[in-house]
Amino acid sequence: MMESAGKKGIRIVVCIKQVPKAQELQVDPVTKTLKRVGVPSEINPPDQNALEMALALREKHGGEIVVISMGPTSFDESLERAIAMGADRGFLVTDRNLGGSDTVPTALTLERAIEKVGQVDLVLCGEETTDASTGHVGPGIAGHMDIPQITYCSAVDLVDGRVRGVRMIEDGAETWEVPMPCVVTVDFGCNNPRQPTLTGKIRVKRGGLITHWSAADLGLEPSQIGLKGSPTIVAKVDTVQLPSRQGKIFEEEPAIAVSLLLESLRKDKVIP
Amino acid sequence: MAAHKGIWVFLEARNGSLRDVSLQLIGEARRIADKRGTELTGILPGWKVESLARIAIECGCDQVFLVEDARLEFYTSRPFTKVMAALRWKYHPEVILFGASKNGRDLGGRLHAAIDTGLAADCVRFDVTEEGFLDMIRPAFGGKSLAHIHCEEHRPQMASARWNVFPMPKRDPARTGEVVRETVAFEDSDFDTRIVDFRATESHETRKIDDAKILVSGGFGLGDPKNFALLEEFASLLGGAVASSRKPVDLGWVPKALQVGQTGKTVRPDLYIAVGISGAVQHLAGMQEAAKIVAINNDPKAAIFEIADYGIVGDLFQVLPEAIRQLKAFKAQAGAALPREAAPEGRPSGA
Repeated sequence: MMESAGKKGIRIVVCIKQVPKAQELQVDPVTKTLKRVGVPSEINPPDQNALEMALALREKHGGEIVVISMGPTSFDESLERAIAMGADRGFLVTDRNLGGSDTVPTALTLERAIEKVGQVDLVLCGEETTDASTGHVGPGIAGHMDIPQITYCSAVDLVDGRVRGVRMIEDGAETWEVPMPCVVTVDFGCNNPRQPTLTGKIRVKRGGLITHWSAADLGLEPSQIGLKGSPTIVAKVDTVQLPSRQGKIFEEEPAIAVSLLLESLRKDKVIP
Repeated sequence: MAAHKGIWVFLEARNGSLRDVSLQLIGEARRIADKRGTELTGILPGWKVESLARIAIECGCDQVFLVEDARLEFYTSRPFTKVMAALRWKYHPEVILFGASKNGRDLGGRLHAAIDTGLAADCVRFDVTEEGFLDMIRPAFGGKSLAHIHCEEHRPQMASARWNVFPMPKRDPARTGEVVRETVAFEDSDFDTRIVDFRATESHETRKIDDAKILVSGGFGLGDPKNFALLEEFASLLGGAVASSRKPVDLGWVPKALQVGQTGKTVRPDLYIAVGISGAVQHLAGMQEAAKIVAINNDPKAAIFEIADYGIVGDLFQVLPEAIRQLKAFKAQAGAALPREAAPEGRPSGA
């Protein structure tokens, strides 16, 4: 694969998902549930870090960045933004039959899309999505493709035709080196994603950079995807019953408020 | 389907011991195995880890499949996935559980695609349904709800479990079980990953957050990294530790190890004092199970007050120094009131 990309650098695929904007998510004080209606969406923030990492790699080594997403046609918005930020082109896998997919058909579908793009050297994903938070899709793609993976990477570089990534784990930072092609999942918050540029926006406006694929275009049977292709189901959802809180607010001047607070905490035996 | 039997737990060895999350999971998996009337097996790939297999048995495993190879000393994705997949096809377990450490999630995510089965992430509770399915319960929507995930038609049913949700099981030296050595046919290509460097995080801060009974957590409202010194002083007077919401971490004010919330740590201290934190759902997800919550914020409408036991609406730059002053005064008084021998020189905080 390296030879084919040759002098022109590497071909990077960045997988992105469109999610509701995290900071817009507020709990309704009355119903105590999440307000989701009318919440604006964005590129899943860890995927933005993955895209920024791809852009930095292309600046250093040359090559091409292809963004891939899977979802309804409204996800074009995120692909357009990624292109405005500097990606070269985008593919959206959009198909009614994909609805309800868990991480197995999602990873499978993205893998098929990556194969269809072809000659891919490096696949970048965010470490997880902020709405589903599984972190399973990146390793799932690598598992389907049977290629190496480096998860939770805060930095990557190419060294002698191999990918070297710094992997942030609980007790430190490991540096892994793997051959290409490979999948790298990117540590949330490891870089500052750039803003779209004017040139980028103009490229989007000119159009023709985003292609839609159906499941059939990727050779996927309806039985492999969506709810039918998903091993897991959400059997039910409980609302969390949080311990009922006293909710005593002290609005007195600081000296008195603090004294009342400390007194209460001592009475509750939570401070000495 | 009936042929699938037994509960398995992936045992993660690191630096000569089992990860806490693996031990915690053994305790919970034991409960599930008893409920299903089946055996609990630990899967332990590694190098020179036989003594850890004994520990796993003392903690609740009925048997341990030990796969030893010098190349398995440190976790890498491909060979560990191969071990799990090979054993899965050999023994057909009904359940495999992983600790949701970075390595556990890396392994589970790759394995579930490789063996085509479901995987529920970051579970906080398990149960068995009437039909005999594993009820895999995980937080959803930023911790505001709990989703029950079932995997009815694929085997094994797989899930990862969050760190520090389940208690550490007691070791019982009288427990017996079998350590079974397994071999897996590796190929050279399984070891195409090289670990070329490791830098340990200065872990004192991380440990402090996990262990602290009292956490004083700062948010964007602190306005400047140097103001975390105020929190440090406040926390140390309470015998607690300092934590942070996401924004100060993103801004580079404090290390990521201090971050509480959906993308940071989940904590359950006796007391959580949120200072200058507005209370985004992602933050609440990481701290809402604290026994007592105190909010200090100048915005009376801040969401954090919604879940607080006590709140002070006010300027934290007035409230914190006042709290520090009063705590010092209280300690001085308590120290003075004690008999001399109970409060030796330099340790006046015997109260």
